Amino acid sequence: MTPSESVMKISHLYKSFGNNHVLIDFNFELYKGENVVVLGKSGSGKSVLIKCIIGLLKPDEGTIDVFDQCINDMDDTELDKIRAKVGFLFQSNALYDSMTVRENLEFPLRRHWIEVSQEEVNNMVMEALEDVGLAHTIDMMPIELSGGMRKRIALARTLILKPDIILYDEPTTGLDSITGSEIISLMIEIKKKYNTSSLIISHDMNCVRRASDRVVVLYDGTCYAAGTYAELQHHTDPKVKQFFEQEFKQ
Amino acid sequence: MSNQTRFQAFLSEAGELSRFAARFFAQCFRPRYEVSEFIRQCYIIGYQSLPLVGLTGFIMGLVLTLQLRPSMVDYGVESQLPAIVGIAIVREIGPVITALIFAGKIGSSIGAELGSMKVTEQIDAMEVSGTNPFKYLVVTRVMAAVCMLPILSVLSDAISLYGAYLGVNVRGATSFHLFWVEVIDSLAFNDVLPAFIKTFFFGFAVGIIGCFKGYNSKKGTEGVGHSANSAVVLSSVVIFILDLLAVQITDLLGFN
Ligand SMILES: Nc1ncnc2c1ncn2[C@@H]1O[C@H](COP(=O)(O)OP(=O)(O)O)[C@@H](O)[C@H]1O
Ligand SMILES: [Mg+2]
Repeated sequence: MTPSESVMKISHLYKSFGNNHVLIDFNFELYKGENVVVLGKSGSGKSVLIKCIIGLLKPDEGTIDVFDQCINDMDDTELDKIRAKVGFLFQSNALYDSMTVRENLEFPLRRHWIEVSQEEVNNMVMEALEDVGLAHTIDMMPIELSGGMRKRIALARTLILKPDIILYDEPTTGLDSITGSEIISLMIEIKKKYNTSSLIISHDMNCVRRASDRVVVLYDGTCYAAGTYAELQHHTDPKVKQFFEQEFKQ
Repeated sequence: MSNQTRFQAFLSEAGELSRFAARFFAQCFRPRYEVSEFIRQCYIIGYQSLPLVGLTGFIMGLVLTLQLRPSMVDYGVESQLPAIVGIAIVREIGPVITALIFAGKIGSSIGAELGSMKVTEQIDAMEVSGTNPFKYLVVTRVMAAVCMLPILSVLSDAISLYGAYLGVNVRGATSFHLFWVEVIDSLAFNDVLPAFIKTFFFGFAVGIIGCFKGYNSKKGTEGVGHSANSAVVLSSVVIFILDLLAVQITDLLGFN
Protein backbone atom coordinates (compact mmCIF):
# COMPACT_ATOMS: atom_id res chain seq x y z
CA MET A 1 0.00 0.00 0.00
CA THR A 2 1.41 3.36 -1.00
CA PRO A 3 0.67 6.03 1.55
CA SER A 4 -1.45 8.66 -0.12
CA GLU A 5 -3.24 11.66 1.26
CA SER A 6 -3.19 12.13 5.03
CA VAL A 7 -6.64 12.23 6.64
CA MET A 8 -5.63 12.62 10.25
CA LYS A 9 -2.52 13.84 11.98
CA ILE A 10 -1.76 13.86 15.69
CA SER A 11 1.28 15.78 16.84
CA HIS A 12 2.83 15.86 20.29
CA LEU A 13 -0.35 14.88 22.10
CA TYR A 14 -0.33 15.03 25.91
CA LYS A 15 -3.21 14.09 28.16
CA SER A 16 -3.22 13.59 31.93
CA PHE A 17 -5.86 13.07 34.58
CA GLY A 18 -4.38 14.61 37.69
CA ASN A 19 -1.10 12.81 38.26
CA ASN A 20 -1.98 10.04 35.86
CA HIS A 21 -0.08 10.91 32.70
CA VAL A 22 -1.90 8.85 30.12
CA LEU A 23 -0.56 10.17 26.82
CA ILE A 24 2.93 11.60 26.60
CA ASP A 25 4.07 13.06 23.30
CA PHE A 26 2.03 10.81 21.07
CA ASN A 27 2.53 11.26 17.32
CA PHE A 28 0.59 9.56 14.60
CA GLU A 29 -0.64 9.97 11.05
CA LEU A 30 -3.45 8.14 9.25
CA TYR A 31 -3.61 7.97 5.45
CA LYS A 32 -6.55 7.53 3.15
CA GLY A 33 -7.72 3.97 2.70
CA GLU A 34 -5.55 2.29 5.34
CA ASN A 35 -6.42 0.35 8.46
CA VAL A 36 -4.14 1.10 11.36
CA VAL A 37 -4.29 -0.86 14.58
CA VAL A 38 -3.21 0.76 17.82
CA LEU A 39 -2.01 -2.02 20.05
CA GLY A 40 -1.75 -1.50 23.77
CA LYS A 41 -2.42 -3.10 27.11
CA SER A 42 -5.61 -2.47 28.96
CA GLY A 43 -5.46 0.91 30.71
CA SER A 44 -2.69 2.20 28.46
CA GLY A 45 -4.82 5.08 27.21
CA LYS A 46 -6.17 3.74 23.93
CA SER A 47 -9.72 4.90 24.57
CA VAL A 48 -8.44 8.24 25.80
CA LEU A 49 -6.57 8.61 22.51
CA ILE A 50 -9.60 8.11 20.28
CA LYS A 51 -11.83 10.16 22.52
CA CYS A 52 -9.40 13.03 22.01
CA ILE A 53 -9.61 12.52 18.23
CA ILE A 54 -13.39 12.85 18.20
CA GLY A 55 -13.38 15.78 20.62
CA LEU A 56 -14.94 14.00 23.59
CA LEU A 57 -11.83 14.77 25.61
CA LYS A 58 -9.68 17.87 25.28
CA PRO A 59 -5.95 17.23 24.98
CA ASP A 60 -3.68 19.10 27.40
CA GLU A 61 -1.15 19.84 24.70
CA GLY A 62 -0.52 19.00 21.09
CA THR A 63 -2.63 19.25 17.98
CA ILE A 64 -5.04 16.95 16.23
CA ASP A 65 -5.84 17.64 12.59
CA VAL A 66 -8.67 15.83 10.89
CA PHE A 67 -8.96 16.48 7.14
CA ASP A 68 -6.34 19.21 7.56
CA GLN A 69 -8.47 21.09 10.06
CA CYS A 70 -7.24 21.47 13.60
CA ILE A 71 -9.99 20.30 15.95
CA ASN A 72 -8.44 21.62 19.16
CA ASP A 73 -10.19 24.97 19.28
CA MET A 74 -13.31 24.16 17.35
CA ASP A 75 -16.72 25.15 18.68
CA ASP A 76 -19.58 22.66 18.74
CA THR A 77 -20.94 23.51 15.30
CA GLU A 78 -17.58 23.03 13.62
CA LEU A 79 -16.91 19.88 15.59
CA ASP A 80 -20.26 18.45 14.53
CA LYS A 81 -19.28 18.87 10.88
CA ILE A 82 -16.13 16.84 11.47
CA ARG A 83 -17.99 14.28 13.57
CA ALA A 84 -20.44 13.68 10.73
CA LYS A 85 -17.50 12.39 8.70
CA VAL A 86 -15.83 10.38 11.43
CA GLY A 87 -17.58 7.26 12.66
CA PHE A 88 -17.00 5.96 16.18
CA LEU A 89 -17.71 2.41 17.25
CA PHE A 90 -17.84 2.37 21.04
CA GLN A 91 -16.38 -0.43 23.08
CA SER A 92 -19.70 -0.91 24.87
CA ASN A 93 -21.65 -0.37 21.60
CA ALA A 94 -23.55 2.52 23.19
CA LEU A 95 -26.83 1.54 21.55
CA TYR A 96 -29.68 3.62 22.95
CA ASP A 97 -31.57 1.01 24.88
CA SER A 98 -34.83 2.93 25.01
CA MET A 99 -35.00 3.00 21.21
CA THR A 100 -35.59 0.35 18.55
CA VAL A 101 -32.87 -0.59 16.09
CA ARG A 102 -34.49 1.65 13.47
CA GLU A 103 -34.58 4.62 15.84
CA ASN A 104 -30.99 3.97 16.85
CA LEU A 105 -29.90 4.18 13.23
CA GLU A 106 -32.07 7.17 12.45
CA PHE A 107 -30.73 9.16 15.37
CA PRO A 108 -27.38 10.29 13.90
CA LEU A 109 -29.00 10.87 10.49
CA ARG A 110 -31.73 13.11 11.77
CA ARG A 111 -29.37 14.91 14.09
CA HIS A 112 -26.57 15.63 11.64
CA TRP A 113 -28.59 16.18 8.49
CA ILE A 114 -31.64 18.05 9.47
CA GLU A 115 -33.14 18.24 6.00
CA VAL A 116 -33.56 14.69 4.85
CA SER A 117 -36.80 13.10 3.70
CA GLN A 118 -38.35 10.11 5.44
CA GLU A 119 -37.89 8.03 2.31
CA GLU A 120 -34.17 8.73 2.15
CA VAL A 121 -33.87 7.92 5.83
CA ASN A 122 -35.62 4.59 5.34
CA ASN A 123 -33.38 3.71 2.42
CA MET A 124 -30.22 4.56 4.30
CA VAL A 125 -31.30 2.62 7.36
CA MET A 126 -32.01 -0.45 5.23
CA GLU A 127 -28.72 -0.12 3.37
CA ALA A 128 -26.71 0.11 6.58
CA LEU A 129 -28.55 -2.86 8.07
CA GLU A 130 -27.97 -4.91 4.93
CA ASP A 131 -24.27 -4.06 5.08
CA VAL A 132 -24.09 -5.80 8.44
CA GLY A 133 -26.56 -8.55 7.46
CA LEU A 134 -29.22 -7.75 10.04
CA ALA A 135 -32.09 -6.24 8.05
CA HIS A 136 -34.61 -8.42 9.89
CA THR A 137 -33.87 -6.87 13.29
CA ILE A 138 -35.09 -3.42 12.29
CA ASP A 139 -37.99 -3.28 14.75
CA MET A 140 -36.30 -5.06 17.64
CA MET A 141 -34.96 -3.48 20.81
CA PRO A 142 -31.20 -3.69 21.49
CA ILE A 143 -31.87 -5.79 24.59
CA GLU A 144 -33.33 -8.57 22.42
CA LEU A 145 -30.11 -8.96 20.44
CA SER A 146 -27.02 -11.05 21.15
CA GLY A 147 -23.65 -9.43 21.84
CA GLY A 148 -22.43 -9.98 18.30
CA MET A 149 -25.63 -8.62 16.79
CA ARG A 150 -25.44 -5.56 18.98
CA LYS A 151 -21.92 -4.93 17.81
CA ARG A 152 -23.12 -5.18 14.20
CA ILE A 153 -26.01 -2.79 14.81
CA ALA A 154 -23.61 -0.36 16.44
CA LEU A 155 -21.42 -0.70 13.37
CA ALA A 156 -24.43 -0.07 11.11
CA ARG A 157 -25.18 3.08 13.09
CA THR A 158 -21.60 4.17 12.58
CA LEU A 159 -21.79 3.44 8.84
CA ILE A 160 -25.05 5.20 8.19
CA LEU A 161 -23.46 8.60 7.67
CA LYS A 162 -20.92 7.10 5.21
CA PRO A 163 -17.93 8.24 7.26
CA ASP A 164 -14.50 8.73 5.70
CA ILE A 165 -12.75 7.64 8.87
CA ILE A 166 -13.96 5.01 11.32
CA LEU A 167 -12.57 4.73 14.83
CA TYR A 168 -13.07 1.31 16.36
CA ASP A 169 -12.67 0.98 20.13
CA GLU A 170 -11.86 -2.67 20.86
CA PRO A 171 -14.34 -4.09 18.34
CA THR A 172 -13.80 -7.72 19.31
CA THR A 173 -13.44 -7.43 23.08
CA GLY A 174 -16.15 -9.29 24.95
CA LEU A 175 -17.16 -11.41 21.97
CA ASP A 176 -16.38 -15.10 21.50
CA SER A 177 -13.64 -15.77 18.96
CA ILE A 178 -15.97 -16.84 16.15
CA THR A 179 -18.20 -13.80 16.49
CA GLY A 180 -15.08 -11.67 16.83
CA SER A 181 -13.79 -13.11 13.57
CA GLU A 182 -17.04 -12.24 11.85
CA ILE A 183 -16.77 -8.67 13.04
CA ILE A 184 -13.21 -8.49 11.72
CA SER A 185 -14.34 -9.80 8.32
CA LEU A 186 -17.06 -7.20 8.30
CA MET A 187 -14.55 -4.45 9.05
CA ILE A 188 -12.39 -5.61 6.15
CA GLU A 189 -15.39 -5.73 3.80
CA ILE A 190 -16.49 -2.26 4.80
CA LYS A 191 -13.07 -0.86 4.15
CA LYS A 192 -13.09 -2.38 0.65
CA LYS A 193 -16.60 -1.25 -0.13
CA TYR A 194 -16.39 2.36 1.03
CA ASN A 195 -12.62 2.93 0.93
CA THR A 196 -12.64 4.26 4.48
CA SER A 197 -9.60 4.79 6.63
CA SER A 198 -9.81 3.16 10.04
CA LEU A 199 -8.09 3.46 13.34
CA ILE A 200 -8.66 0.25 15.22
CA ILE A 201 -7.88 -0.09 18.87
CA SER A 202 -7.29 -3.59 19.97
CA HIS A 203 -5.26 -6.08 21.92
CA ASP A 204 -6.75 -9.00 20.04
CA MET A 205 -3.87 -10.35 17.94
CA ASN A 206 -6.24 -12.08 15.56
CA CYS A 207 -7.76 -8.72 14.77
CA VAL A 208 -4.32 -7.15 14.44
CA ARG A 209 -3.10 -9.78 12.01
CA ARG A 210 -6.15 -9.78 9.78
CA ALA A 211 -7.30 -6.19 9.76
CA SER A 212 -4.14 -4.13 9.93
CA ASP A 213 -2.17 -2.51 7.16
CA ARG A 214 0.02 -0.98 9.81
CA VAL A 215 0.42 -1.42 13.57
CA VAL A 216 1.31 1.15 16.18
CA VAL A 217 2.29 0.01 19.65
CA LEU A 218 1.11 2.33 22.40
CA TYR A 219 3.32 1.93 25.44
CA ASP A 220 3.97 4.36 28.30
CA GLY A 221 1.71 6.88 26.65
CA THR A 222 3.72 7.19 23.53
CA CYS A 223 4.03 5.62 20.11
CA TYR A 224 6.61 3.03 21.07
CA ALA A 225 6.97 1.10 17.81
CA ALA A 226 5.33 1.07 14.41
CA GLY A 227 5.37 -1.12 11.35
CA THR A 228 3.44 -3.82 9.57
CA TYR A 229 2.34 -6.92 11.41
CA ALA A 230 5.11 -8.95 9.76
CA GLU A 231 7.77 -6.42 10.75
CA LEU A 232 6.70 -6.21 14.38
CA GLN A 233 6.27 -9.94 14.74
CA HIS A 234 10.02 -10.40 14.72
CA HIS A 235 10.78 -7.32 16.77
CA THR A 236 13.38 -7.97 19.45
CA ASP A 237 12.24 -5.42 22.03
CA PRO A 238 10.53 -7.31 24.88
CA LYS A 239 7.82 -4.65 25.24
CA VAL A 240 6.76 -5.24 21.66
CA LYS A 241 7.40 -8.95 21.75
CA GLN A 242 5.03 -9.56 24.64
CA PHE A 243 1.99 -8.82 22.47
CA PHE A 244 3.04 -11.28 19.82
CA GLU A 245 4.14 -13.99 22.21
CA GLN A 246 0.80 -13.87 23.94
CA GLU A 247 -0.84 -15.04 20.74
CA PHE A 248 1.05 -18.31 20.62
CA LYS A 249 0.27 -19.03 24.24
CA GLN A 250 -3.45 -18.88 23.59
CA MET B 1 -13.26 9.05 56.34
CA SER B 2 -12.54 11.73 58.90
CA ASN B 3 -15.09 14.41 59.61
CA GLN B 4 -13.01 17.00 57.89
CA THR B 5 -12.68 15.13 54.60
CA ARG B 6 -16.35 14.25 54.76
CA PHE B 7 -17.17 17.93 55.13
CA GLN B 8 -14.89 18.77 52.23
CA ALA B 9 -16.55 16.11 50.10
CA PHE B 10 -19.92 17.59 50.98
CA LEU B 11 -18.80 21.08 50.01
CA SER B 12 -17.30 19.96 46.75
CA GLU B 13 -20.45 18.04 45.90
CA ALA B 14 -22.56 21.10 46.68
CA GLY B 15 -20.28 23.19 44.48
CA GLU B 16 -20.55 20.77 41.61
CA LEU B 17 -24.29 20.59 41.92
CA SER B 18 -24.49 24.40 41.75
CA ARG B 19 -22.28 24.42 38.68
CA PHE B 20 -24.51 21.79 37.12
CA ALA B 21 -27.57 23.92 37.87
CA ALA B 22 -25.85 27.00 36.44
CA ARG B 23 -25.10 25.02 33.28
CA PHE B 24 -28.77 24.13 33.11
CA PHE B 25 -29.81 27.78 33.16
CA ALA B 26 -27.16 28.68 30.61
CA GLN B 27 -28.34 26.00 28.18
CA CYS B 28 -32.02 26.18 28.87
CA PHE B 29 -32.91 29.26 26.86
CA ARG B 30 -30.52 28.79 23.97
CA PRO B 31 -31.54 26.94 20.80
CA ARG B 32 -31.69 24.23 19.64
CA TYR B 33 -34.84 23.41 21.62
CA GLU B 34 -35.57 19.72 22.01
CA VAL B 35 -39.34 20.12 21.95
CA SER B 36 -40.39 16.61 21.01
CA GLU B 37 -38.13 15.05 23.63
CA PHE B 38 -39.52 17.51 26.19
CA ILE B 39 -43.08 16.44 25.39
CA ARG B 40 -42.11 12.77 25.59
CA GLN B 41 -40.57 13.41 29.00
CA CYS B 42 -43.68 15.25 30.20
CA TYR B 43 -45.69 12.18 29.29
CA ILE B 44 -43.30 9.85 31.13
CA ILE B 45 -42.65 12.08 34.12
CA GLY B 46 -46.12 13.53 34.50
CA TYR B 47 -48.79 11.29 33.08
CA GLN B 48 -47.21 8.02 34.11
CA SER B 49 -46.79 9.21 37.70
CA LEU B 50 -50.44 10.08 38.03
CA PRO B 51 -51.77 6.72 39.29
CA LEU B 52 -49.15 6.51 42.03
CA VAL B 53 -49.54 10.11 43.11
CA GLY B 54 -53.33 9.78 43.01
CA LEU B 55 -53.36 6.63 45.11
CA THR B 56 -51.04 7.97 47.79
CA GLY B 57 -52.91 11.27 47.85
CA PHE B 58 -56.23 9.53 48.30
CA ILE B 59 -54.95 7.40 51.16
CA MET B 60 -53.27 10.38 52.84
CA GLY B 61 -56.49 12.40 52.77
CA LEU B 62 -58.56 9.54 54.08
CA VAL B 63 -56.15 8.48 56.81
CA LEU B 64 -55.45 12.02 57.97
CA THR B 65 -59.16 12.61 58.46
CA LEU B 66 -59.75 9.34 60.26
CA GLN B 67 -56.83 10.05 62.58
CA LEU B 68 -57.91 13.59 63.37
CA ARG B 69 -61.54 12.76 63.91
CA PRO B 70 -61.41 11.35 67.48
CA SER B 71 -59.54 14.35 68.90
CA MET B 72 -61.82 16.75 67.07
CA VAL B 73 -64.80 14.93 68.55
CA ASP B 74 -63.22 15.13 72.01
CA TYR B 75 -62.80 18.88 71.70
CA GLY B 76 -66.29 19.16 70.33
CA VAL B 77 -65.16 20.79 67.09
CA GLU B 78 -66.07 17.97 64.76
CA SER B 79 -67.75 20.41 62.42
CA GLN B 80 -64.38 22.04 61.80
CA LEU B 81 -62.95 18.83 60.39
CA PRO B 82 -63.30 19.74 56.69
CA ALA B 83 -61.64 23.10 57.24
CA ILE B 84 -58.70 21.71 59.22
CA VAL B 85 -58.11 18.84 56.83
CA GLY B 86 -58.43 21.14 53.83
CA ILE B 87 -55.81 23.52 55.14
CA ALA B 88 -53.44 20.74 56.13
CA ILE B 89 -53.69 19.08 52.74
CA VAL B 90 -53.46 22.14 50.56
CA ARG B 91 -50.77 23.99 52.47
CA GLU B 92 -48.44 21.21 53.45
CA ILE B 93 -49.30 17.58 53.05
CA GLY B 94 -50.38 17.59 49.41
CA PRO B 95 -47.32 19.35 47.98
CA VAL B 96 -44.77 17.66 50.23
CA ILE B 97 -46.09 14.11 49.97
CA THR B 98 -46.51 14.45 46.22
CA ALA B 99 -42.97 15.78 45.91
CA LEU B 100 -41.57 12.95 48.00
CA ILE B 101 -43.40 10.30 45.99
CA PHE B 102 -42.23 12.08 42.87
CA ALA B 103 -38.65 12.05 44.14
CA GLY B 104 -38.91 8.33 44.79
CA LYS B 105 -40.32 7.52 41.39
CA ILE B 106 -38.85 10.12 39.05
CA GLY B 107 -35.61 11.02 40.84
CA SER B 108 -34.52 7.41 40.96
CA SER B 109 -35.56 6.63 37.41
CA ILE B 110 -33.75 9.68 36.01
CA GLY B 111 -30.68 8.84 38.10
CA ALA B 112 -30.64 5.24 36.94
CA GLU B 113 -31.44 6.02 33.32
CA LEU B 114 -28.80 8.70 32.86
CA GLY B 115 -26.37 6.69 34.97
CA SER B 116 -26.64 3.65 32.75
CA MET B 117 -26.46 5.85 29.66
CA LYS B 118 -23.29 7.33 31.04
CA VAL B 119 -21.52 4.06 31.85
CA THR B 120 -22.49 2.42 28.56
CA GLU B 121 -21.17 5.46 26.67
CA GLN B 122 -24.61 6.36 25.27
CA ILE B 123 -24.09 9.95 26.35
CA ASP B 124 -20.80 10.09 24.44
CA ALA B 125 -22.55 8.47 21.47
CA MET B 126 -25.13 11.27 21.47
CA GLU B 127 -22.43 13.86 21.58
CA VAL B 128 -20.73 12.47 18.48
CA SER B 129 -24.11 12.22 16.76
CA GLY B 130 -24.57 15.96 16.49
CA THR B 131 -26.53 16.28 19.71
CA ASN B 132 -25.80 18.26 22.82
CA PRO B 133 -26.53 15.54 25.40
CA PHE B 134 -26.95 18.08 28.18
CA LYS B 135 -29.79 19.76 26.29
CA TYR B 136 -31.29 16.57 25.00
CA LEU B 137 -31.21 14.66 28.27
CA VAL B 138 -30.87 17.07 31.18
CA VAL B 139 -32.72 20.22 30.09
CA THR B 140 -35.74 18.28 28.83
CA ARG B 141 -36.04 16.19 31.98
CA VAL B 142 -35.59 19.06 34.41
CA MET B 143 -38.08 21.22 32.51
CA ALA B 144 -40.57 18.37 32.43
CA ALA B 145 -40.18 17.84 36.18
CA VAL B 146 -40.66 21.57 36.83
CA CYS B 147 -43.81 21.67 34.71
CA MET B 148 -45.34 18.39 35.82
CA LEU B 149 -44.93 18.39 39.59
CA PRO B 150 -47.20 21.43 40.15
CA ILE B 151 -49.91 19.84 38.02
CA LEU B 152 -49.55 16.50 39.79
CA SER B 153 -49.63 18.25 43.09
CA VAL B 154 -52.89 20.08 42.31
CA LEU B 155 -54.46 16.84 41.13
CA SER B 156 -53.19 15.07 44.20
CA ASP B 157 -54.69 17.78 46.43
CA ALA B 158 -58.05 17.27 44.76
CA ILE B 159 -57.92 13.49 45.13
CA SER B 160 -56.72 13.85 48.73
CA LEU B 161 -59.64 16.08 49.52
CA TYR B 162 -61.98 13.52 48.05
CA GLY B 163 -60.37 10.94 50.34
CA ALA B 164 -60.88 13.36 53.21
CA TYR B 165 -64.53 13.71 52.27
CA LEU B 166 -64.95 9.97 52.51
CA GLY B 167 -63.24 10.11 55.91
CA VAL B 168 -65.54 12.85 57.16
CA ASN B 169 -68.47 11.02 55.77
CA VAL B 170 -67.88 7.64 57.45
CA ARG B 171 -70.68 8.46 59.85
CA GLY B 172 -72.70 9.75 56.93
CA ALA B 173 -73.14 13.27 58.25
CA THR B 174 -71.99 15.64 55.49
CA SER B 175 -73.02 15.98 51.90
CA PHE B 176 -70.32 16.26 49.26
CA HIS B 177 -71.48 19.75 48.39
CA LEU B 178 -71.37 20.94 51.98
CA PHE B 179 -67.92 19.46 52.46
CA TRP B 180 -66.56 21.35 49.46
CA VAL B 181 -68.16 24.61 50.53
CA GLU B 182 -66.55 24.27 53.94
CA VAL B 183 -63.14 23.44 52.51
CA ILE B 184 -63.19 26.25 49.96
CA ASP B 185 -64.44 28.73 52.57
CA SER B 186 -61.60 27.89 54.90
CA LEU B 187 -58.94 28.33 52.24
CA ALA B 188 -57.59 31.76 51.49
CA PHE B 189 -55.47 32.86 48.57
CA ASN B 190 -52.52 32.92 50.99
CA ASP B 191 -52.92 29.23 51.61
CA VAL B 192 -53.03 28.23 47.98
CA LEU B 193 -50.51 30.39 46.18
CA PRO B 194 -47.31 29.81 48.23
CA ALA B 195 -48.08 26.09 48.33
CA PHE B 196 -48.45 26.05 44.58
CA ILE B 197 -45.29 28.06 43.95
CA LYS B 198 -43.11 25.86 46.10
CA THR B 199 -43.97 22.82 44.00
CA PHE B 200 -42.09 24.34 41.07
CA PHE B 201 -38.98 24.41 43.23
CA PHE B 202 -39.59 20.86 44.42
CA GLY B 203 -39.88 19.75 40.78
CA PHE B 204 -36.67 21.55 39.91
CA ALA B 205 -34.85 19.95 42.84
CA VAL B 206 -35.96 16.43 41.91
CA GLY B 207 -35.10 16.91 38.23
CA ILE B 208 -31.74 18.57 38.64
CA ILE B 209 -30.53 16.23 41.39
CA GLY B 210 -31.61 13.12 39.47
CA CYS B 211 -29.83 14.36 36.36
CA PHE B 212 -26.75 15.45 38.31
CA LYS B 213 -26.37 12.10 40.00
CA GLY B 214 -26.95 10.16 36.78
CA TYR B 215 -24.78 12.35 34.60
CA ASN B 216 -21.85 12.03 36.98
CA SER B 217 -22.31 8.34 37.56
CA LYS B 218 -19.22 6.28 38.23
CA LYS B 219 -18.29 3.36 36.03
CA GLY B 220 -19.96 0.02 36.58
CA THR B 221 -23.41 -1.21 37.55
CA GLU B 222 -22.68 -0.37 41.17
CA GLY B 223 -22.25 3.26 40.13
CA VAL B 224 -25.68 3.28 38.50
CA GLY B 225 -27.37 1.88 41.60
CA HIS B 226 -25.58 4.42 43.72
CA SER B 227 -26.71 7.26 41.44
CA ALA B 228 -30.35 6.21 41.63
CA ASN B 229 -30.21 5.76 45.38
CA SER B 230 -28.42 8.98 46.22
CA ALA B 231 -30.68 10.91 43.84
CA VAL B 232 -33.71 9.90 45.91
CA VAL B 233 -32.05 10.50 49.26
CA LEU B 234 -30.65 13.90 48.37
CA SER B 235 -33.75 15.17 46.62
CA SER B 236 -35.97 14.09 49.53
CA VAL B 237 -33.78 15.97 51.99
CA VAL B 238 -33.68 19.00 49.71
CA ILE B 239 -37.49 18.97 49.47
CA PHE B 240 -37.73 19.28 53.25
CA ILE B 241 -35.13 22.03 53.32
CA LEU B 242 -36.95 23.93 50.58
CA ASP B 243 -40.19 23.47 52.46
CA LEU B 244 -38.62 25.00 55.54
CA LEU B 245 -37.28 27.91 53.50
CA ALA B 246 -40.64 28.39 51.82
CA VAL B 247 -42.43 28.75 55.11
CA GLN B 248 -39.89 31.31 56.31
CA ILE B 249 -40.12 33.31 53.11
CA THR B 250 -43.91 33.39 52.99
CA ASP B 251 -43.79 34.49 56.62
CA LEU B 252 -41.40 37.32 55.83
CA LEU B 253 -43.54 38.42 52.89
CA GLY B 254 -46.54 38.51 55.22
CA PHE B 255 -48.43 35.82 53.35
CA ASN B 256 -49.70 34.09 56.45
N1 LIG C 1 -12.47 10.54 32.38
C1 LIG C 1 -11.40 10.07 33.03
N2 LIG C 1 -11.04 10.60 34.22
C2 LIG C 1 -9.95 10.16 34.88
N3 LIG C 1 -9.14 9.18 34.45
C3 LIG C 1 -9.44 8.60 33.28
C4 LIG C 1 -10.59 9.01 32.50
N4 LIG C 1 -10.63 8.27 31.39
C5 LIG C 1 -9.57 7.43 31.45
N5 LIG C 1 -8.85 7.62 32.58
C6 LIG C 1 -7.63 6.91 32.95
O1 LIG C 1 -6.80 6.86 31.82
C7 LIG C 1 -6.16 5.60 31.74
C8 LIG C 1 -6.36 5.00 30.38
O2 LIG C 1 -7.71 4.66 30.20
P1 LIG C 1 -8.29 4.05 28.85
O3 LIG C 1 -7.90 4.93 27.72
O4 LIG C 1 -9.74 3.85 29.06
O5 LIG C 1 -7.56 2.65 28.74
P2 LIG C 1 -7.68 1.58 27.58
O6 LIG C 1 -6.35 1.58 26.91
O7 LIG C 1 -7.93 0.28 28.27
O8 LIG C 1 -8.80 1.98 26.69
C9 LIG C 1 -6.69 4.76 32.87
O9 LIG C 1 -5.70 4.76 33.87
C10 LIG C 1 -7.92 5.49 33.34
O10 LIG C 1 -8.06 5.36 34.72
MG1 LIG D 1 -10.70 1.25 26.35
